[in-house]
Amino acid sequence: MTRGFALAIAVLIGCAPSTDPQGKTLAGIQQRGEITWGADIQGGEPFVYENPEYRSELIGFEVDIMNAIARRLGVKARMVQYTWSNLVPSLERGDFDVVMNGLESTAERRERILLSEPYFVYAETLTVRAGDPSRSIFEMVGKRVGTLNQTFAHDILLMLDGIDAKVYEGNEEPYRDLELGRTDAVLLDNIIADRYGCVNKALYCVPYDVARGTYVIGLRKGDTELKRAIDGALADMRKDGELEKILRAAKLWDDRQAVADPGPGVMRPHHSFDGDMLMQFVAAAWVTLQLSILAFLLAVPLGMLLAVMRVYGSFPVRAVARVYIEVFRGTPVLLQLFVLYYGLAGYVNLGPMQAAILGLGLNYAAYEAEVYRGALLAIPRGQGEAARALGMSPLQTLWHVMLPQALRIALPPMTNDFVSLLKDSSLVSVITVIELTKRMTIAAVDLRGWLVPGLACAAMYLVLSIPLSELARRLERRLARDQRPHTL
Amino acid sequence: MISVRTLCKRHGDRSVLENVSAEVTRGETIAIVGPSGGGKSTLLRCLNYLESFDAGSVTIAGFELRPGMGARDAAKLRAMRSRVGMVFQQFNLFPHLSALDNITLAPRVVKGSASGKAETRALELLHKVGLRDRANAYPHELSGGQQQRVAIARALAQEPDVLLFDEPTSALDPEMRDDVMEVIRDLAKGGMTMLVVTHEMQFAHDIASRVWVIDKGTIAEDGPPSQVVDDPQTTVAREFFARLRSARRD
Repeated sequence: MTRGFALAIAVLIGCAPSTDPQGKTLAGIQQRGEITWGADIQGGEPFVYENPEYRSELIGFEVDIMNAIARRLGVKARMVQYTWSNLVPSLERGDFDVVMNGLESTAERRERILLSEPYFVYAETLTVRAGDPSRSIFEMVGKRVGTLNQTFAHDILLMLDGIDAKVYEGNEEPYRDLELGRTDAVLLDNIIADRYGCVNKALYCVPYDVARGTYVIGLRKGDTELKRAIDGALADMRKDGELEKILRAAKLWDDRQAVADPGPGVMRPHHSFDGDMLMQFVAAAWVTLQLSILAFLLAVPLGMLLAVMRVYGSFPVRAVARVYIEVFRGTPVLLQLFVLYYGLAGYVNLGPMQAAILGLGLNYAAYEAEVYRGALLAIPRGQGEAARALGMSPLQTLWHVMLPQALRIALPPMTNDFVSLLKDSSLVSVITVIELTKRMTIAAVDLRGWLVPGLACAAMYLVLSIPLSELARRLERRLARDQRPHTL
Repeated sequence: MISVRTLCKRHGDRSVLENVSAEVTRGETIAIVGPSGGGKSTLLRCLNYLESFDAGSVTIAGFELRPGMGARDAAKLRAMRSRVGMVFQQFNLFPHLSALDNITLAPRVVKGSASGKAETRALELLHKVGLRDRANAYPHELSGGQQQRVAIARALAQEPDVLLFDEPTSALDPEMRDDVMEVIRDLAKGGMTMLVVTHEMQFAHDIASRVWVIDKGTIAEDGPPSQVVDDPQTTVAREFFARLRSARRD
């Protein structure tokens, strides 16, 4: 217990032991004969992705470049899969030797970790809907612009006051939402824009670079020897044309590559956990609370209906309820949220908050249904008989006799489910809702540490859940006065 | 008021009621006695169709009941049940409602009475069963005898033509039975038509205008208590009463 706790804290702070002693990564690589690099194949084509013809093989221009560097260092390269937004913290933890996955050379990153010389120059490309006359990022003030989390484009959007930046995790989704009118523009690297945005006839890529930046390899602070070796290899590749060959093969070579270093990039203002950030946390907690309450207000009546259908319905009615419960309980909420927000986008255009409430509500209804079913079955048989003998109709019996009693029995598991929903609501960040947990991960990037925002986030969840448990406890005492525990 | 004609009911192969026929006129109090498993409760529950039967018919409070009544007859059954009150062995009060609300629920919901009117009537009934001061108590705050008296008031609130009692005192401690029996006795005096399944012989003797001895699904003996209890004609009745008397002496 204590060890587990200590370990959890260590992970939170990010001080788990690294594989090689500080600054000795190059020696370790040479000794092992292997350089490990972190990347996320979700970034997709052309960076690192699965070969469509041969699924277990990874291809992409970054695979080719890293293999070439490794060859020049006299070792083999092995990619390890990590979630993109966790690449830098994982590098710092020592999970792998370097990061190479569209990592942009931002001023902020340059302060945090060691960066190699660039291997690619990209341009930030603004994409709008075809027919939209906007041609500049400055025309986007007061509008919604989609981008990826922790990118140079995100930094640019944050620097420009009055732009509502919507943060995504995948390459495809920002352009889908732009097409659907959920956003007004997308600002992302030309590599991503060319492949996911500009190919779409409904969208238009503005042909001027909003800004330029470079992709670099990220190394741990102190690994200057490794940086020197990698920079040397990259310089050789530039000189003997191997880099150009790789980029041409990936159809990525353009005039921009001739300029080696286009500048330092924007510097986001330093953050400390101040009043502003606290207010952001409070706002995010409010989103979480709203989301949970509204979703639960949907789940309770729907669950009750499903339970009544399952207990009292005819065969087809029972079957419908049963299928609903099995489907929504048997598949991940995350999947349901994706389907609801992105999958059904062509048919019903739900806002992220609507989709989140609907998704969580529909999912939890399946759980509530089973809770109420159990409660209905626990009501003594004589209750229904007494109501019938008084001449009450089935509906009157249900409403005045069965459901109020079922609710009393179901109160403890319902409280349980609500607290659980409060925490599960963090899943909706995948459909761009910024709630408490997402706010925490964003703050962790700004603050370069997980401990303070993590504890703040935990405290906020408790501030939300404990009063709710207390409320439920009082309600239980009031409603279920006669349900005292039996003596054992 | 009640007419039962050749009523038959089976549970699988076992015959529970066999060609039961009987008549009850307005104002009569029938005590139904007999050995356990003889079909007393089943007969009672057939009278308000809480249980269906396989053959024969029942006319009660002007409603005709036949085998196989289902969803199509639901409205008719409900109308019948608001004319026929029932009191259960286990009281079956609604635990989430106060004594007062237990009594007013059916008048409000089924008959659509205004709450004010229903409450005034409920308080009268509570007064009648001696619980005027416990109107706001919840069932779990009442003793068994008190709960059963509230249950009687609940049944009376529908102003029924007939009251059915299914062993109303069997779940009660002896000292609480008297209060409940007192209430039933008052009702009998007031001219209410009642059928009471009971094991209390003295009580049956005192209040009943007629006693039915039911055994093996038939009415073995039917007559005034002075005849059936004091001088039973059938072997079944004689043995049953003899067993009861010897049990009391032990």
